[in-house]
Amino acid sequence: MIEVQHLTKRYGRVTAVDDVSFRVEPGEILGFLGPNGAGKTTTMRILTGYMPPSEGRATVAGYDVFTQPIEAKRRTGYLPETPPLYPDMTVREYLDFVARIKGVSPGDRRTRVDAVMKRAHVDDMASRHCGKLSKGYRQRVGIAQALIHNPEVLILDEPTAGLDPKQIIETRDLIRGLAGDHTIVLSTHILPEVAQTCQRVVIINKGRVVAVDTPDNLTARLRGAETLYVQVDAKGPHVIAGLQKVPGVTRVAPADQRTDSGAFEVESERGRDIRRDLAREIVTRGWGLLELRPMRMSLEEVFLQVTTEEVEAAPTPSETEAMVEGEVPHA
Amino acid sequence: MRNVMAIAERELRSYFASPMAYVIIGFFLLPFGVFFFLYLNMFVRNSMQMGQFGGGSQNVNQQVIRYVLQNASVIILFIMPMITMRTYAEEKRSGTIELLLTSPVSDVEIILGKFFGALGLYVAMLAVTLLYIGILFVYGSPEWKPIISAYLGLLLMGAAFVSIGLLISSTTNNQIVAGVVTFVVFLLFWIIGWFADSAGPTIGPITSYLSITEHFDDFSKGVIDTKHVIYYLSLITFGLFLTAKSVDTERWRG
Repeated sequence: MIEVQHLTKRYGRVTAVDDVSFRVEPGEILGFLGPNGAGKTTTMRILTGYMPPSEGRATVAGYDVFTQPIEAKRRTGYLPETPPLYPDMTVREYLDFVARIKGVSPGDRRTRVDAVMKRAHVDDMASRHCGKLSKGYRQRVGIAQALIHNPEVLILDEPTAGLDPKQIIETRDLIRGLAGDHTIVLSTHILPEVAQTCQRVVIINKGRVVAVDTPDNLTARLRGAETLYVQVDAKGPHVIAGLQKVPGVTRVAPADQRTDSGAFEVESERGRDIRRDLAREIVTRGWGLLELRPMRMSLEEVFLQVTTEEVEAAPTPSETEAMVEGEVPHA
Repeated sequence: MRNVMAIAERELRSYFASPMAYVIIGFFLLPFGVFFFLYLNMFVRNSMQMGQFGGGSQNVNQQVIRYVLQNASVIILFIMPMITMRTYAEEKRSGTIELLLTSPVSDVEIILGKFFGALGLYVAMLAVTLLYIGILFVYGSPEWKPIISAYLGLLLMGAAFVSIGLLISSTTNNQIVAGVVTFVVFLLFWIIGWFADSAGPTIGPITSYLSITEHFDDFSKGVIDTKHVIYYLSLITFGLFLTAKSVDTERWRG
C-alpha cells in the first residue's frame, strides 16, 4: 500500500531523513517511533506530498507522491502534528470545507461529515468554533478531517499528543478500529502506544531506520534484562564481587557513578526472580539490606539504548536484537 | 474550478467571520465619504456661482465622481495590505497550509482561490460605494458609462494589488511583516509616478508607466484604453505567477 524507497531529505546541509526504506501492507498499522527530531514528521510530510524528497521515491496506493501527487493525495488522509483547523469556522463548516477540497461529491458531503463526526466523537461540538475547542477536541477534529474522504491510507502524526489518558485510550481504540479498512501509519514517541496499537514498528533515529520490528519483539527487548535496585550498608568492590556471585546475576554496577553510596543496579537473566537469593546473600554476609526494589527500565532509557546504538546500516530485527543483548557485559 | 470556489469561499467567509472585513470596509468608507462630501460641496458651490454669472456648465462626472474615485484609488492602496497580508502568512503560521498542500488540489487552484477570496472582499467594499454614486443619480443625472469604466479600472487596479499582496504574503509566516512590506511596495508603486516630471525624457515615461495609480486616470475619465487594461492584466499575471513560484520554492525548502 505504501512503499518508501531510499528516501532522503536534506535541508541545506542538514540531513533530516537519510535513506529510509520501508513498506506498509494493506490494512496494517505501522508505528513510526523515534525521538523528537528523528525525521518522523519529515518522512510523513513527504508521504503526504507536502514536500518533495531530495532523493528516493515513495508510492501511496500505487501512485508516486511526487509525479502523481493529486492521485496520491486523493487516497491519503493526513493528521499533521498540529491539527490544521481554521479557528473562525465551526466544526461542521470546517469539515464541510475539507470535504470539498478533498473531492467528496456534493451529494455525499453531509453524510460524510456526519459520519466522521460520529466516528471521531466530535458530533456534540458540531456548531462550536474550532478556535474554542479544547486540545483533545482539536485533535479529534483533526482525525475526523483526515477521515472525511474515506482514504485508503491514513497518516497520523502523533495522534495522541496532548490528550488526557482517557482520550488517549479512546483515540487508540478509534485507530485500531480503523485498521483493516485503512492502511495506517502513525508516529509517536511513546513506546507502549506502539505496543498497543501497531502491528509493526519502524524505529527511526537521526533520519535513519534503526530497526523494523513487531511490537512483541520490541517489548521482549524491553524486558531484555530484569534490573533490581539494591542498597546495602556496605561499600567497596568486594560488595560488587559478592553480589555477582548470586546465581542468575549478569551484571552489577553502582547506581550512582560519582559517589560510592552502597547503591547498586543488579541485572539478572530474563524471567528469573533473584530477589530471594539476593536478599539472603546480603543478609548472610551481614551488609545490612537497606533497600531492594525492581527497577523498570524507563521508556526513556530503552529509547536511548535503542536509538544511540552506532549502526552502519539499518540492521535486520534479529541483528538489532543481538546487539542489544550483546551490549550487556556478562559477568 | 470547484476547488478554487471552495477556497475562495472559505477565504471570504473568514474575513467576515472576524471583525476584519468590517474594520477594513469601515476604514475605507470613512475617507471615501469625506472626499465625496468635499468634492460634492465644491461642485454645488461652483454650480451656484456659475449660475449667477449665467454661463458655463458643470459636469458631475468630471468634477465629482472622477476626483472621488481617484482619491479612492489612493485609499485602496492603504487598505489593500490589510486584506492580503494574512492570505498565506496566517495559514503558514497556524499550520493550516499543511491541509491545503496535502489535499488533492493544485497550487494554482489554491492561489486562485485566495486571489478571488481577497478580491471578493474588495468587490464588496467597492459595492458599498455605489450607494454614494446612487445619491448622485437621485439628485442629478450623471452619465453612467464613465462610472462603469471607472469601476472597471478600480477592479483591475485592486486585482493587481491583490496579486502583489498575495506574493508578499506567501514569502513570510508573519502577517505583520507581510502587511508592512506590502504597504511599502504599494507606496513605491504610487510615488514612482511623481518622478515622471523630474526624471527627464527617457526615464520619466518609464516611471509613470510603472505607477499603478497613474493607469487608473484614464479609466476615471471614462476612457478604457487597452494599454492600461494590459498593464493591469500583466501585473496580475506576473504577481500570481511569482506567487506560484514562491509557494513552490517554499515547498522544496521545507
